[in-house]
Amino acid sequence: MEDKKFSLKIKEYLTLFKNSIKSFFEGFIKGDIITKISYFVMGFGSIARKQYIKGFLFLLIQIFYIVYMMKNGLYYLSMLPTLGVNTQGEVWDEAAQIFRISKGDNSMLLLLFGVSVILLSVVVFVLYIIQTKIAVENQKRIEENKTISKFKDDIRDLFDKNFHATILFFPIVLTILFTVIPLIFMILMAFTNFDKNHQPPGNLFTWVGVNNFKNVFGKNPLWSSTFLRLLVWTIIWAIFATFLNYILGILMAIIIEKKGIKFKKFWRTAFVLTIAVPQFVSLMLMSKLLHDQGTLNILLQQFKIIDKFIPFLSDPFIAKVTVIVVNIWVGIPYTILITSGILMNIPEDLYEASKLDGANSFQQFIYITLPYMLHVTTPYLITQFVGNINNFNVIFLLSGGGPLSLNLYQAGETDLLVTWLYKLTVNEQNYALASTIGIIIFVIVSTFSLIVYNKSSAVQSEDEFS
Amino acid sequence: MKKSTILNAITYLFLSITSFIWVLPIVWLIMQSLRGEPGAFTSYVIPKIWTFDNYIKLFTETKLFNFPRWFLNTLFVAVFTCIISTIIVLLTSYAFSRLRFKMRKPLMNVILVLGMFPGFMSMVAIYHILKAFGLTQSLISLILVYSGGAAMGYYIAKGFFDTIPRSIDEAAIIDGATKNQVFWKITLPMSKPIIVYTILTSFIAPWVDFIFVSVIMKDNYQNYTVALGLYQMITRENITAYFTQFCAGAVVIAIPITILFIIMQKYYVTGVTAGGAKG
Repeated sequence: MEDKKFSLKIKEYLTLFKNSIKSFFEGFIKGDIITKISYFVMGFGSIARKQYIKGFLFLLIQIFYIVYMMKNGLYYLSMLPTLGVNTQGEVWDEAAQIFRISKGDNSMLLLLFGVSVILLSVVVFVLYIIQTKIAVENQKRIEENKTISKFKDDIRDLFDKNFHATILFFPIVLTILFTVIPLIFMILMAFTNFDKNHQPPGNLFTWVGVNNFKNVFGKNPLWSSTFLRLLVWTIIWAIFATFLNYILGILMAIIIEKKGIKFKKFWRTAFVLTIAVPQFVSLMLMSKLLHDQGTLNILLQQFKIIDKFIPFLSDPFIAKVTVIVVNIWVGIPYTILITSGILMNIPEDLYEASKLDGANSFQQFIYITLPYMLHVTTPYLITQFVGNINNFNVIFLLSGGGPLSLNLYQAGETDLLVTWLYKLTVNEQNYALASTIGIIIFVIVSTFSLIVYNKSSAVQSEDEFS
Repeated sequence: MKKSTILNAITYLFLSITSFIWVLPIVWLIMQSLRGEPGAFTSYVIPKIWTFDNYIKLFTETKLFNFPRWFLNTLFVAVFTCIISTIIVLLTSYAFSRLRFKMRKPLMNVILVLGMFPGFMSMVAIYHILKAFGLTQSLISLILVYSGGAAMGYYIAKGFFDTIPRSIDEAAIIDGATKNQVFWKITLPMSKPIIVYTILTSFIAPWVDFIFVSVIMKDNYQNYTVALGLYQMITRENITAYFTQFCAGAVVIAIPITILFIIMQKYYVTGVTAGGAKG
């Protein structure tokens, strides 16, 4: 069923694509001289038909693009295949009798600007297609003796018929600038050898194909074993962090909301208060509290509960338990906050009916409360799970990924894949490996959540209220 | 009757103990911020000398750690981030929820997928893009970074907009309203919870973010935000001398956030469950 839908969708897009290519050429062949010129001079189809403002805007874009490509763009494009050939070096200056530093190519900037030029070209190309469509449309309207839209009409449409274009313009520009370009840049970096020994501007880096992926998946034993161990730990962590917090949080909420318990608001506030303290503060405090010579160990020793300090964060296994437990402290208030409202929505008669059937509280929780909650909060759970896979704060601020281990490459026992990624870029400057890891995390996370998102009821019933 | 009294007593005991555990670190933080004795740690919990010196020093001794300036920096960044991201989030989610256009579904999926990349993976590239614009280490660059990704958080507000009956829009359009007018005069006035939620979350983000600001600001101490600034106080070299001041600083920024959070509590729940609460 799903597969069929998917292949149908692809077919739909393919025919759409074919049709638009066909109409593009048809427009040219059937076009009069004005339309034909507008296939070469952007905006001509509008200028010649008295849509001056729109037409000159298009023309301006074309002129700007050509000038830019001549000045810089083509150079950056031509450098993309090699990412630079001239290393920065010293050149003997005969006249002054000294070595001068010659400015070499900077692979990183070449790659970044190369990507930007390609994206710019894509945008200009889309605008070009749009203006040919306008030219064809204008010609058709003249042949049918209809009026051509004036600039004023176009503006009015932007606030009504084409309102989506207006309000999505800035969000999309910002997203392209601060998310898409950087992302493409980083993805491409995974196919280069940009590491400590290939640092621009002193050195160049270049394309190495899928070498980094090969290394991670077996060719480099240390890298691949580190990756595997961290992957397993990341998944274990995400499962514990998500579901323990969820179930324990619901239980706490149930206890607080229980009939006959007074001061509900007081209890809730006591827990929720911890959300308000910025996480970096509470987590760093925790890490100081749980330090080998930290307050908790001192207290326990003073009360003679233990003789020697407990290595909360310095023993590989205990550290893992500690971060999960502390994360429960961090996470339960959120669950309480979100679920207590929903809990009250569960129809009371469900519980009463089950009581008549002789169900105890535990059975009620398993068969009534949990299924209801799961049904309502699936999207929340998915975001939590994804958030925990990428949970930088808790690990980085609490344990810093430690304790360090010689069996792992630049990582500690509690490091998640994300914190490893951070260490690889910040401490080790191994951008190539970091980007490779980033892509792998992304593939895991996105396939998982896209599938669940599209199956969850929230997306399915989008138009339910219309 | 008697059985339920015992049960309630156990529940109260349990709640008291757990809430004590939850509140303890906060109480400890406040006590440390009022501690008069120097040093990072003491071998006892309750301070022997109580003082406000740590707070006074925080705002007066600005040579090494310029806390007042960091505080104003953060406030400045937070206000502008909040304005820009709120506008972006509301516009994007309204478009995806209410307007029907050809690229809607693909765009929604693309933006959703983009949001799943580990955020700071792109920081290196963003750093150089900002450099190309001559903006690195400035507060404006921080604002851009915090609000640049705002569109990716569209789905919570979209979930909320989806619950507003569309028949209201349609009635207005029949009466001759443009979609622009529908947005400003009908949808927005009905969306107070999600607007408050969006404003508050985007306002709080700069106060608690630590990673992005550390990548962008590097060594420009003057433009640090409170989070990064406070972190400097408890590095290995400084922790002995500045730990109590760190606690004081933490309390100072926790107070406004706590107040905001208590205001936002009920909206927060509406926000988070809006996308999913209609099973």
